[in-house]
Amino acid sequence: METLFACCIGFLTFCGIFLMLRGRTFPVMLGLTMLSYAVNLFIFASGRLTLRGAVVLGSTEHYADPLPQALVLTAIVIGFAMTAFLVILAIRARADLGNDHVDGKLPNMGAAKRESR
Amino acid sequence: MWHLIMLPVVLPMLTALIIMLPPVHYSPSRRRWVSMVSSALQLVLAVLLLLQVQQAGFIHYAVGDWQAPFGIILVADNLSVVLVCLTAFLAFGAICYGSAGEDEKGSFFHPLFQFQVMGINGAFLTGDLFNLFVFFEVLLIASYALLIHAGGKNKTKAAVHYVVLNLTGSAIFLFALAVLYGTLGTLNIVDMAQKVATLPAEDQMLVKSGGLMLMIVFALKAAVLPLQFWLPATYSAASAPVAALFAVMTKIGVYALLRVYTTIFGADAGELSGMANDWLLPAGLATIVLGAIGVMASHDFRKLVANLVLVSVGTLVSLVALQTEQSAAAVLYYSVHSTLVTAALFLIADVIANQRGKAADRLVSGRRVTQPIMLGIMFMLGAMSVAGLPPLSGFIGKLMLLQSVTDPAKQVIVWTTILLCSLLVIIGLSRAGSTLFWRVSGTDSGGDKAAPLQVFAISWLLVASPLLVIFAGPLTELSQQAAVQLYDTQTAINTILGSQTIVGDGL
Repeated sequence: METLFACCIGFLTFCGIFLMLRGRTFPVMLGLTMLSYAVNLFIFASGRLTLRGAVVLGSTEHYADPLPQALVLTAIVIGFAMTAFLVILAIRARADLGNDHVDGKLPNMGAAKRESR
Repeated sequence: MWHLIMLPVVLPMLTALIIMLPPVHYSPSRRRWVSMVSSALQLVLAVLLLLQVQQAGFIHYAVGDWQAPFGIILVADNLSVVLVCLTAFLAFGAICYGSAGEDEKGSFFHPLFQFQVMGINGAFLTGDLFNLFVFFEVLLIASYALLIHAGGKNKTKAAVHYVVLNLTGSAIFLFALAVLYGTLGTLNIVDMAQKVATLPAEDQMLVKSGGLMLMIVFALKAAVLPLQFWLPATYSAASAPVAALFAVMTKIGVYALLRVYTTIFGADAGELSGMANDWLLPAGLATIVLGAIGVMASHDFRKLVANLVLVSVGTLVSLVALQTEQSAAAVLYYSVHSTLVTAALFLIADVIANQRGKAADRLVSGRRVTQPIMLGIMFMLGAMSVAGLPPLSGFIGKLMLLQSVTDPAKQVIVWTTILLCSLLVIIGLSRAGSTLFWRVSGTDSGGDKAAPLQVFAISWLLVASPLLVIFAGPLTELSQQAAVQLYDTQTAINTILGSQTIVGDGL
């Protein structure tokens, strides 16, 4: 289970970083979302993986660490809010700047214009 | 009185809510008054808290009475409370300036501003690393919205970069926290310090990687060399009162570096002690050089001031890397000075830009400013102070910095870099000043005069510089005390965790 979990986190991180390095805002946003999923799983794993463990102490001998679960909840909520903000900002940038490139201008736009003349 | 420590966090939040509710929300003047009165009150509370800390030495407050290693605690020592006072002082000036008209260029200026102050105060006061993350996010989301306040292409463009970078930073922060929690079993700062001291050898590499990831995050917030490219664009795009408040944001990164690498990975941390120093010193010095080059190369005054922020951050970070009590004291004094003076310069830049018509704050010959004498004096005071020329606070700050470097090998490189870059800064500033005030084309000046509230706000921030000199004795003593307290990790552990016995090993 540990191996599967680790591979899953690794793959999500890989996809996230790959998408974040793209030039347009939408893939970057998706990349950040993937990265935040990876982070959430990673935090969850920091309390060790326990199968069928209750998070309530005292009721059972077999328990899971409750704190990472609380941390994950906080991280998820914050991640949602930030992603929502980024989506709106990306739309605003598309409207203000006329394109969806992260730098606000397409890298070869000048060259293309010169050629067309 | 014991709950006083909560108020710097709670009061701005309540103020923001009150401003958004009907009786206040519909009238601009009421919004302004509530915001200004609340910030004045926050300043009074911060000073009261400082007096209380001076008496009690060290205050910790268990939120909701959940005890220390498990619950979240707020900690007030001299270092954090001085920075809270600094934030309150700065926020009052910035809000006064914003209330002169800047706040009506977009919506929700005052609530967002208060939320950001709440986040900043929380970040200074918290004693728990995860809580630090949460307060970082509070101040960041407010700062994202404030950055695009009043709108415009430049702001949107800068905001996209700023938001994406900071979201990546948050993700790395969480990775680091999870690694540290997984190995140490706690995120309470003093508890971590205790656990790191008795860490088994096989966990050391993991903790080290977690600690160094934290360094990346804080270096991004503080804008240290490879991670500083966002700062000049962001700070120069933001509207003036927002940029003034942002002047304290880089100091949060510096504060976090200071806290984490002296308390958690300090002298008791065995092999892990001082692990960030080898990275931070060269990075800090390189930031100073790059900032100074940026000052020389800037085409407009706002960018120039943003680069001055970089110079001050580089100076502070290289001092943090020295890891001595003197350097920590110098860091505290210098951050207070540099924050207030750069904030004042951002405001001055805005007034100059408003009065020069089309030329705005670009460093080209343009129309004469409407109030040359007043603005000239303000500019000169700010520039002299930020460059570190004798009668003002920059001089004492630099003196403390230079004196705190005692190791001869480091002295050579640190002194040379700081002094040479100060020279570059002086040249850049005098060039900017002579262009803005003396290279005028035509005699007419069309801009509006600065509003009285704007003049008051700038003077409020600028007067801090001579005050820091007049009261230099008690203030340096205070920073010395703060540094001694910061390095006294054992007392902190005993006060916070000593009152209860820890059952077993964490959970």
